[in-house]
Amino acid sequence: MHLILFAVFAGLCLAGAINLLLQSHPINSALSLIVVMTSLAVLYLLLGAEFLAIAQVIVYAGAIMVLFTFVVMLLNAGREDRTLGSRAASRVGFPAVAVILALIATVILHTQGLGTARLSDGLSNTAGAANLEVLGSVLFTKLLLPFEVTSVLILIAILGAVALARHGDGNGERTDDE
Amino acid sequence: MTILQFFLWSLLKVAVVTVVMLLGVAYTVLLERKLVGRIQNRWGPSRVGPFGLLQPLVDGAKSFLKEDIIPSGVYRPLYLLAPILALGCTLISIAVVPFGEPGAGPGRFDLFEISDLNIGLLVILGVTSIGVYGIALAGWSSNNKYSLLGALRSSAQLVSYELALGLSLVGVVLRAGSLNLRVIVEQQATHGIATWNIFGGGQFVAFFIYLMAAYAETNRSPFDLPEAESELTGGYHTEYSSMKFAMFFMAEYGNMITVGCVATLLFLGGWTSPMGDLIGPFENGFVNAGLSLFWFVSKVFCFLCLYVWVRGTLPRFRYDQLMNFGWRWLMPLAILNIVATSLWLACRS
Repeated sequence: MHLILFAVFAGLCLAGAINLLLQSHPINSALSLIVVMTSLAVLYLLLGAEFLAIAQVIVYAGAIMVLFTFVVMLLNAGREDRTLGSRAASRVGFPAVAVILALIATVILHTQGLGTARLSDGLSNTAGAANLEVLGSVLFTKLLLPFEVTSVLILIAILGAVALARHGDGNGERTDDE
Repeated sequence: MTILQFFLWSLLKVAVVTVVMLLGVAYTVLLERKLVGRIQNRWGPSRVGPFGLLQPLVDGAKSFLKEDIIPSGVYRPLYLLAPILALGCTLISIAVVPFGEPGAGPGRFDLFEISDLNIGLLVILGVTSIGVYGIALAGWSSNNKYSLLGALRSSAQLVSYELALGLSLVGVVLRAGSLNLRVIVEQQATHGIATWNIFGGGQFVAFFIYLMAAYAETNRSPFDLPEAESELTGGYHTEYSSMKFAMFFMAEYGNMITVGCVATLLFLGGWTSPMGDLIGPFENGFVNAGLSLFWFVSKVFCFLCLYVWVRGTLPRFRYDQLMNFGWRWLMPLAILNIVATSLWLACRS
């Protein structure tokens, strides 16, 4: 059962990703990205990480992609002009991508570990009910520093975006007329 | 219980819940027309059937039989997808709502809930947040300025108020220590109305925030800017006709019912009696099950009446007022509520 579901949703995920690249209309690409994200959420669910799955849906598919589509609609972006790409890109690019992906996959499969602090340390052998509590306690004890640093990072990103968007003299008045 | 039995029971539950939900939607429309009629000093629909009770069925038949017009300038795939998405998300989110006492069915099978999830509350929020796309895509693909404006207003409004909505629920979740809707209800069940989250639980501020945010989330008056008739001729569904329009309509009222169910579960004690153990539990299991269903439905009914009452009373907000209210008042208030609840819980333990 798990295997069938995995095959279906992994396939859906890949199809969405390929469709995202092939579509020439921005809104179709955005919608394909939503398909990718929701099928990723189902894959998380199959792994038993239910909170992560639903957070993926709420945050990525629900909030971030709404802003994407919002911007696409607001700008009323039309179809992209499609170039066929240079010959070098198609001859070198595709094999290079394949090689890099294969390399990453082998490295992950061989070492089975990417850092010192792993979520799986705290999350292994937990029943579904304790999932959320375990995740919370790991985030606020073992991984407190990275967690807080990430929030500061996001805050800085927001400030940067505001600073870029204002492009005035800093008194709240725009200096340039558009 | 074998896999086959489980499958058949689940199929039956899904069918029954869907039919009841759609009937509920139809009669919520009638309830609204009747109540708003009384508020405005007129009768509302009264011709079809006794007291106009058959009006929803006739309206449904009318929507089916009307000509389905697809304007020539629309972007067809998304134009067709949008109403399905809107209605589908509404119907999915009801799947995690427990309507009555668990374990009332044969073999302690959960008769009153399609699926019992540890993260039931989050599933409702997640599915609702996907439902935004129905509205956004409808507005965009219609190739109409009014529709686009309605859709943009709607997306901005939904994203803004979803924050306040989510934060207002945190207090309740903190008290229950779980996101499972069943656990949240059972935690309020000990002394009837005195231990409901809205009274004994001290979550009345959260209830107020939830109420405001829910009105905005369901595009209801006084926050019905996405479909403001006087400025946008109908908003995102301007270009839709026949059953496709009816699907948006059903999605809106279905969302009202879902919001009512969530409010009942989180703040009003769910399926438990407001009088605690004064009535029941009885010997007969069926009476108990029916009673719990009765309490749940009557609470949701009261909530829907409140919805209609507000619609009949308050005028529409201006757009800047809407955004100011959401970000400057509801959000900080919700965060304060979380801090206060956490402090209270920390002091008590």
